[in-house]
Amino acid sequence: MGNENDFQGYKGAALAILQKYNVHVWDNAEVETTLGHFSGKVLPRAENTDDQHIVLKLITGYNIGVNVTTITAMNGVRVPQPVFQIPEKQFPMTPGLPKVKLFGTGGTIASRLDYRTGAVIPAFSPGELYGAVPELADICNLETEKVFAVFSENMGPKQYIELAKAIGREIENGIDGIVIGHGTDTLHHTGAALTFMCQNLPVPVVLVGSQRSSDRPSSDAALNLMHAMKTAGTSDIAEVMVCMFGPTSDEYGLLHKGTRVRKMHSSYRSTFRTIGDTPLAMVSREKITPIHKTYNKRRDDKNVKILPYFSDKVTMLYYYPAMKPDILDAMVDAGYKGIVFVGTGLGHVNKELYPAIERAHKKGVHMYMTLQTIWGYVHMFVYDTGRDMMAKGIIPAGNMLPEVAYIKLGWALGQTDDPEEVKRLMLTPINDEITDREPYNGYLVYQGGVPEVEEFIRNVHK
Amino acid sequence: MKVKFDARANYEKTKQEAGYVNRKEATQETYDRIGFMSGLEVHQQLRTKEKLFCHCPAGKFNKSDDFDAEIIRHMRPTLSELGEYDGTALMEFKTKKEIIYRIKNETACTYEVDDTPPFPLNREALSHAIDISLLSKLNIVGEVHITRKQYLDGSIPTGFQRTAIIGVEGELPLPNKKIRLIQLSIEEDSCREISDIGHQRIYKTDRLGMPLIETVTYPDCVNPDEVKETCNYIRFLNRSTGKVRTGIGAGRQDVNVSCKGGTRIEIKGVAHTNWIPELTHNEAFRQWSLLLLRDQLNQVISDKENWHVQTAGIDPNQLASTFEALNKAIEKGEALRIVRLPKFKGALSHFTQPEMTFANEISDRLKVIACIEKPNMIHTEMFEPALNEQQWATLGKLVDAEESDALILVFGPIEDMETAIETIEERCKMALEGIPEETRKSFENGTTIFERVLPGADRMYPDTDSAPIPLAIDYIESKRKNLPEDIIERYNKLKKWGAPEDTYTYIFSKNYFPVIREIHEKLGVDGKLLAVFVGQRVKHLLGQNPGATLSDKTIFDLFEFLKSENIDYRLAWQMLPDLIAQPERRFDEILKAINFSKIPKEELEKKIADLAANYKPVKKTNQMQNKQNWIMGQLRKEAVGNVDMKQLATKINAI
Repeated sequence: MGNENDFQGYKGAALAILQKYNVHVWDNAEVETTLGHFSGKVLPRAENTDDQHIVLKLITGYNIGVNVTTITAMNGVRVPQPVFQIPEKQFPMTPGLPKVKLFGTGGTIASRLDYRTGAVIPAFSPGELYGAVPELADICNLETEKVFAVFSENMGPKQYIELAKAIGREIENGIDGIVIGHGTDTLHHTGAALTFMCQNLPVPVVLVGSQRSSDRPSSDAALNLMHAMKTAGTSDIAEVMVCMFGPTSDEYGLLHKGTRVRKMHSSYRSTFRTIGDTPLAMVSREKITPIHKTYNKRRDDKNVKILPYFSDKVTMLYYYPAMKPDILDAMVDAGYKGIVFVGTGLGHVNKELYPAIERAHKKGVHMYMTLQTIWGYVHMFVYDTGRDMMAKGIIPAGNMLPEVAYIKLGWALGQTDDPEEVKRLMLTPINDEITDREPYNGYLVYQGGVPEVEEFIRNVHK
Repeated sequence: MKVKFDARANYEKTKQEAGYVNRKEATQETYDRIGFMSGLEVHQQLRTKEKLFCHCPAGKFNKSDDFDAEIIRHMRPTLSELGEYDGTALMEFKTKKEIIYRIKNETACTYEVDDTPPFPLNREALSHAIDISLLSKLNIVGEVHITRKQYLDGSIPTGFQRTAIIGVEGELPLPNKKIRLIQLSIEEDSCREISDIGHQRIYKTDRLGMPLIETVTYPDCVNPDEVKETCNYIRFLNRSTGKVRTGIGAGRQDVNVSCKGGTRIEIKGVAHTNWIPELTHNEAFRQWSLLLLRDQLNQVISDKENWHVQTAGIDPNQLASTFEALNKAIEKGEALRIVRLPKFKGALSHFTQPEMTFANEISDRLKVIACIEKPNMIHTEMFEPALNEQQWATLGKLVDAEESDALILVFGPIEDMETAIETIEERCKMALEGIPEETRKSFENGTTIFERVLPGADRMYPDTDSAPIPLAIDYIESKRKNLPEDIIERYNKLKKWGAPEDTYTYIFSKNYFPVIREIHEKLGVDGKLLAVFVGQRVKHLLGQNPGATLSDKTIFDLFEFLKSENIDYRLAWQMLPDLIAQPERRFDEILKAINFSKIPKEELEKKIADLAANYKPVKKTNQMQNKQNWIMGQLRKEAVGNVDMKQLATKINAI
C-alpha cells in the first residue's frame, strides 16, 4: 500500500498503526487516544528514535509525539508532500570588485529551514547565497563550485587532493581569491594539508565554517562568510588561512595560518586559536588589520606549486602512563609506515615502550614526537629518556602541532620513503608549522577569577 | 495650503464616532457592539533549583550595573518559508540593532550566551509542568518535542526560545463560565531588558533560561472583567500546586485582544492582573477606532496601491520653533524631513486611545523600527502646535501639499532617515487596510504602544539539539492521583463556609487554602473565621511588613496552640503582629508580651454588673447603647481570648 515515503521513518508498532488506519506522513490527522484528542499534521519520524510514537505538528507550529499504545482511532486527510527550495536570485556582478571563488565541501554555509520538518536546506549557489547574505554582493563578485559533499569528520586525503587540484585550476583561471566552506571539526587538518599541497600561492585561500548553524538568528555563519570573502577578495596575504570569530561577540574575525591553528573548544564561536604565535591578522567587514609584520604577499603571477600527495599509512599514538608496547607493535604489524607520537611534557613516553620503538625503527617506520601540552617545543635533550628515544629513532618535531605533524608526515610519505628525505621534508617549515621562536604572547591562557583577568574581561569583549 | 485645523475637536469628534466610553460606564452591550474578544497567554515561572536547559541556579538576580562580562551580538533574520525575509524583520536588521548581554558568572554559563548546546531538559521542571497541565484538564502528550520559536529582538541570545508542548485542549471551570485552553507549554525564560536606546539594546542574563510554563486560552472572554477573572483563575491554579515561583516578575501575561473586523493584537508582559480590564477595554476601542479611520480614508483615497508620501529636506536655519526636541535635533545637526501624507487630513488627530491619536502610532514605530528616540516628529494636528500655520504652509510648499493633506516633520540621525520615511509610509498604508498585527507594550494607565511586528506563525521548528522525551503512561497516571483539588472546588468550599468574597484572592494567590482547610478539618476551627483571619488580618499585616513571611506551619501551630490552651481563636488577631515580627518566638511568650492572662468566663461576666454601676453618661442620646459600648471597651482587652466576644456582647446587651 502506497510507497515507502508514505511512512517515512516509521517502523514497528508506529508503522503498524499508521497502516491500520491508513494515515500517512504529511496527512492532516485526527487522533483519538486514551489521553484525549489530538489533531495535527503527521511528520516523518527521525532516525534512531523509538517505534512507540507518532509525531504531529500542531496548528500552533509546535510538534508533539502521540503514544501509539493510547491510540483508539485515527483518520487522516491526504495532503501532498510539500517541496521547498530556496529561490535563486541573480547575484549582482559589480565592475571593479574582486572575483572570488567559493568551494563547497559539504558543510552548510548558509541555509534556510524547512519549518515543517525542521530540515535544513543548504544554500550554496551564488543566487541562493545572495538571498541569504545579500551583503556579499558589496564585497566581491562571487562564483561557486561544489567540489564534493562530505561531513567535516569524513574529510580525508582524497578530499585534500581534490581541493588542492581545484585551487590550482582556479589560480590558472585568474581568480582573485578562494574561499572554502568547511565543517569546523577538521578545519585545521585541511588548513595544514592545503598549506603543504599548494605552495607559493599568489592569492589568499581562506577556509571558513560556522560554529552555530546558519538557520538560527544568532549564527556566526554570515559574518564569517563576509570576513572570508573580504579576505579572499582584498587581502594581500597569499597564504592558506582559517577565518573564524575572534571573540565570541560579533565583533571581528581572526585570520590564522593553516599550520598553526587549532579548534580549542567544542562549541564556542571563538574556538579557533593560533597556537604558539599570534594570529596573522584581524578582519572586519571594513578592513583587514595585519598582526604579523611579515607574510607571503599577493602576486600577479600564477606560479603556484600543487603537490597533491598523501600516504594513508600514517597514524598517531597518544601516549598515556600505563601504555603497553603491544599497541605500537600492532600499529607496525598493521603496516603503518609513519607514526606521530603525542608525548607527555617535553616529549616523553615510558621505558616499557622502548623495545617496541626499536622494533618499529628497524622495520623502517618513520617516527616523530609531538606534545600533549599543545603549546611549547619538544625538548628531548633535557632528560635521559628523551636522548634514549632519539637514539631509538624518534625524531623531535619542534613545536609542530600533533595534527599538523600527522598531515605533514602523510604528505611527506606520499612523496618518498627515504628516511633522510622524509626528515628533511618534515623539519623544513613550509609555512611556520615549526617556528624558530615562540613569542611571549603566543601562549595566553588566562585564568578566570584572578582579579586582573576579571577586570580585563569586564572591559573587553572576549 | 491652509493648515488651520482644530486637532482637539477632531480627536473628540472621532472618539465620539467610535462610541468610546469609559470602562466604568461600559456594559456587556458596549462590548457586544464592538465584538470584544480576548484570550490570554499566562506565563508562570516554576520553582526549581536549576534552569531549564543548563545547570545554572534559577532565581538569582543581579542589579543592572553588576556584571562580569559583556557580549555583543546581532540577530539576523532567517529566511522565511517562501525563501524570503519578512519585510519588517529585514528593515529592523538594516537599522542594525546592537544587542549587548551583561552576564554574571554566577548565573550564566556558556549555554546562556549560546556558546554550548542545551543539556537535557530539567526533569523537576517537567514534572511541575505536567502537574499543572493535569490540573488544567489538558490532554498530555505522549512524547515531548523541544521546539525552537524564533525571536529577533535579542531577548534570547540564540535567537529562539526552546519550548515544548506538555498538553493540549483543556478547560477552566470558572464560576460562571467555562474557558477553553489551547495548550500548555514549558519554555525557557528570556533576558531582562536594561535599556533600549537608539541602536543599542542591553539585556541581563540572570533570568534567561529559567523554567516557565505558558498557559494559552482560546479567545473566549467577552468583556474585560472576564479576562481578569480568567487570568486570576490560571494564576491561582498554578499556585495551588506550590511548585511555582511567586513575587515580582514570576507571573506575567500576554493578553490577546481583537474587536469585530479587527486583528489579534498581543499586549505583552502585563505585570499586574489589575491592569487587564483597562488595557483590554482600550485596545478593543483602539482597533474599533482604527477601523473607522480606515473607512474614512478609503472614502477619499481610491488608488491605495499608488498612495505614496512625498518628502523633502528642510533648511534648519529657516525653522524657528518653540518645540524643544526639534531645536535640540537642529543643534545636534540631525536631519529634518518634511513628509506629505496625501489626503490624510484629520487622520493624525484621529482618536486611538485616551489622549492618543494615530500620530502616536507612527511615532512609536519610528522609535522601534528606525531607532529614533521620541519625540521624533511633529505634525500638523498636534494639540499644542509646534509650528505656526505660516510655517507649515511654507514647509507644505516644499512637497506640494494641498488642503486635504497632513504633514509630518520627522527629525533624527541622517543615517536613519531612509528607514524613517519607509516606516511612515508603511504605517500609513496599513491604515488604509485596517489594523497591523503587532505586539504592544502596556502601561499602568491602561494605554499601550507599539512594541514589535507580530511574528508569523512559521517561526517554529524542531530543536535539532534535543531528543524527544517520552512520557510513560504510568508516570502520568500516578501524577494524576496526587493532584490538589480544582480551584473551583476551593472557591465553592469558601463560599459554603460563608467566607467573604474579598478574602478569596489573597487566599488563592498566596496559596493559603490548604492550611486553612487543614486547620478546619483537624482542629475543627470555623472556616469563615480562618478565611477572614488570613484574607484580612494576615494580608493586612504582611502588607505592612514587606519581606515578612508567614509559613503554613506557623499558622497551623498557632491555632493548635490556642485550641490546646482552650483560648478563644480571636486572640490570634492580637498575637499576629508579634508572630510576624519574631516567627521563632514561643506562643506562650507572645501571650506574655501582649499581656494576656487567663480569666474565667464567670469572672468576666461578673464584672459587667460592676462596670454598669460605674458608668457615667457623657451624651444625652443613645444612653443605653453608649453604656454597652463603654462596658465592652473596658472589658475587651482582658476578654479577648478568654471568651467568645459575640457571647460577651450578648451578655452586655442583656443588662
